[in-house]
Amino acid sequence: MAAETLLWLIPLPPLAAFILITLVTGKKKALSHSLAIVGAGSSWLMSLFVFIKAVTRPNLAENPMAASINWLPTGETALRIGVQLDNLSAVVLFFVAWTILMIFIYSVGYHNYGHPAGERDVPGLPPHGADVKDVHGHTHRVPSVEPMYARFFGFLSLFAFAMYLLVVCDNLLLLYTGWEIMGLCSYLLIGFWYGKDSAKKAAMKAFMTTRIGDVFMLLGIVFLYTQAGTLNYREIFGNAALMHALAVNPAGFLGLSQAGAIGLLLFIGTIGKSAQFPLHVWLPDAMEGPTPVSAMIHAATMVSAGVYLAIRIFPLLTAGWEPGDVGTPAMIVVGAVGAFTALFAATIAVAQNDIKRVLAYSTISQLGYMIAAIGVGAYTAAIFHLVTHAFFKALLFLGSGSVIHGVEHGVMHSGEHVDPQDMLNMGGLRKKMPVTFWTFLIGGLALSGFPVITAGFWSKDEILSGAFHSGQIVIFVTLALAALLTAFYTMRQITLTFLGQPRTEAARHAQETPWTMTLPLLILSIFAVAAGWSGIPEHFPLIGGWLPNWFEHFTGAMLGHEGEAPAFSAVPLLVSVIVSLAGLTLGWLVYRGVKIAVDPLKKTLGRLHGLLQHKYYFDELYTFLFIKPAIWVSEVFTSRWMDRVVIDGILHAIARAFLWLGKLVRQGFDVPVVNAGGDAIASGFKKGGAALQPMQSGRVQQYMVVMITVVMVFTAILLAILKLV
Amino acid sequence: MIPLSWYLILSAALVCVGVFGVISRRNAIAMLLGVELILNAVNINLLAFWRYKDVSHVTGQVFTIMVITAAAAEVAVGLAIFIAVYRNKRTIAAEDVADLKG
Repeated sequence: MAAETLLWLIPLPPLAAFILITLVTGKKKALSHSLAIVGAGSSWLMSLFVFIKAVTRPNLAENPMAASINWLPTGETALRIGVQLDNLSAVVLFFVAWTILMIFIYSVGYHNYGHPAGERDVPGLPPHGADVKDVHGHTHRVPSVEPMYARFFGFLSLFAFAMYLLVVCDNLLLLYTGWEIMGLCSYLLIGFWYGKDSAKKAAMKAFMTTRIGDVFMLLGIVFLYTQAGTLNYREIFGNAALMHALAVNPAGFLGLSQAGAIGLLLFIGTIGKSAQFPLHVWLPDAMEGPTPVSAMIHAATMVSAGVYLAIRIFPLLTAGWEPGDVGTPAMIVVGAVGAFTALFAATIAVAQNDIKRVLAYSTISQLGYMIAAIGVGAYTAAIFHLVTHAFFKALLFLGSGSVIHGVEHGVMHSGEHVDPQDMLNMGGLRKKMPVTFWTFLIGGLALSGFPVITAGFWSKDEILSGAFHSGQIVIFVTLALAALLTAFYTMRQITLTFLGQPRTEAARHAQETPWTMTLPLLILSIFAVAAGWSGIPEHFPLIGGWLPNWFEHFTGAMLGHEGEAPAFSAVPLLVSVIVSLAGLTLGWLVYRGVKIAVDPLKKTLGRLHGLLQHKYYFDELYTFLFIKPAIWVSEVFTSRWMDRVVIDGILHAIARAFLWLGKLVRQGFDVPVVNAGGDAIASGFKKGGAALQPMQSGRVQQYMVVMITVVMVFTAILLAILKLV
Repeated sequence: MIPLSWYLILSAALVCVGVFGVISRRNAIAMLLGVELILNAVNINLLAFWRYKDVSHVTGQVFTIMVITAAAAEVAVGLAIFIAVYRNKRTIAAEDVADLKG
């Protein structure tokens, strides 16, 4: 089968799985998860096949796999629906396929498949656990299966469909479609346990915050369409005359070129989806959803889609820019947002105690890294970090889910009332959960950029190097500081969770999770290390050149020119190694001896720690700035004043006026004229009838006499008239 | 030849007898007889005018035959009604059959 045909088919199995699970197999747990995994598996298989085809195809950048058909006729032209696989979507497809399949498998174990149903479990709340009796008659508390098991896999499949669609499509409109379906799935899955108030609120928050970005993104798409007349990537970015016109023509506001304005509008979509400052607030709260959701949607795929878009529109953002110049205004904005978010989120992550929230802020921070890379023009570095990050962050999230699962088991055993997600309640889990520990360690080291062996080091090093060579020293320093903090909070997390001694009974009785959860961890940990080897710079001391820098050549070809690697400089490399090792060491030194559930930094940092713990009070600020006024406007202005006073008042006045008019018409016309007239006609006929009634005597002969008399009278009259004439 | 006026006088006399009969008799059959007299008076008129005015056309005779036919039909229907009335009421006095009076 042609690879183009396969491209069309890639998104469809999960969609079929979603429809079948929703309509048919909703009651059957095993069948539902089998369908979902088979769906994700077939997409995975096809993705790998086309990935290999794409990699071995010569000149993929100029000649991508593509196919399209007319979709919506719009006057003379038609919006086309199509698929395309170029270098960028090939590598994205690769990590998307792997992470999605791993997370599908992981979800089976995460939702306690095979466990009994809990007696207190209700749909909309996480399972409480069930009591079982063993052969000796002892009662054990064990985890219970998720009540809405099939529904979860249905949503997950729909999400997978949208993500695949987004990756293989060849135009912005289809990308936007996938983008919005993912937004919906994100909403549904964050609010999966809708019985929890916090989950409900988090779902709404995520949906509405990303919607802000999406509106601007739609504006950008419309703007682009009015200028280019098409939304197809190749037709826009491959059209040199068009790109030149967009770069030169002013947009008419803020001194931006059209390309810059469109790029920034689309980039606001990225800010929403990839949770960049100032729309970052939804992602940490999104951790209310089940952990596989956090791993898949809010770490590996959906938030990556934002960066994917930013990379896609790289030619727009950088229109008119030559490597080595100062960036375009759009690039400066993108770089500033990215770098600021990277550092800002990293500082918050330092003070969070919830294991998943640390990772959430870490995700924001790492996405900021990629955005900053785009801002400094380090195109391949951004893609590289996108890929490696997806692997190790999915690994870390799944690892944290595994940890929470293990600790929950311990909580059920010990009966304590402790938060199973709070790292301060953990400690010493390395012996209880060895597989989780080692894989988490690998993921953590990759995240902190542990030199040479981990994937994160190579991609992060490339970004730092890109920032250094672009001349944007502020961005470089910011990113280096962020890297230091990243290493620090990662080590803090590992130390608090796995090292030392257990701080609670629950941690003491934690248990390793089933193979469905650990197998994905193992597979992802391989990628978390090996994904980096595809992009080792050739100028790297000692080992550079052993392996070809495949990644750089492959994705760099997208820009049309062979990305010539900047001259090697020791500064970014040394910085990268030093911040990573220093952060890790600091993290270990500070947290190795924590015996009680109190963060030692709290004392050292004092009020700053509180500021960080409360996320710079951004939630409170937004509540004060936007939500409170919105509620005030809707309650006081719209409801109480506008609706009840003005609109109701007008309606009541109209009603009263018509009531008065009606009364007038009734008294002046209806009663005296219509009613009385009608009555008079009726009574007149009645009286006339009564008067004439005696005429009908019932005697035929009497009638006859009358008749003859009348005839005679008329004859006489007639004769008289005739005689007169 | 007998002048036309004689026939007309005869027919007027017959009409008067018939009208008197219809008006004065209680018995419905007698009323029907009166009606027949009136019709026959008409017939005499028709024939007399035909004979004295325009012999070449047979309109007068044809009309008379039409009238006789109609009269026969009228009598047949009338008698049938009277028989039905008699079966129900045991009388055929016209003034007693006034059920439709309002």
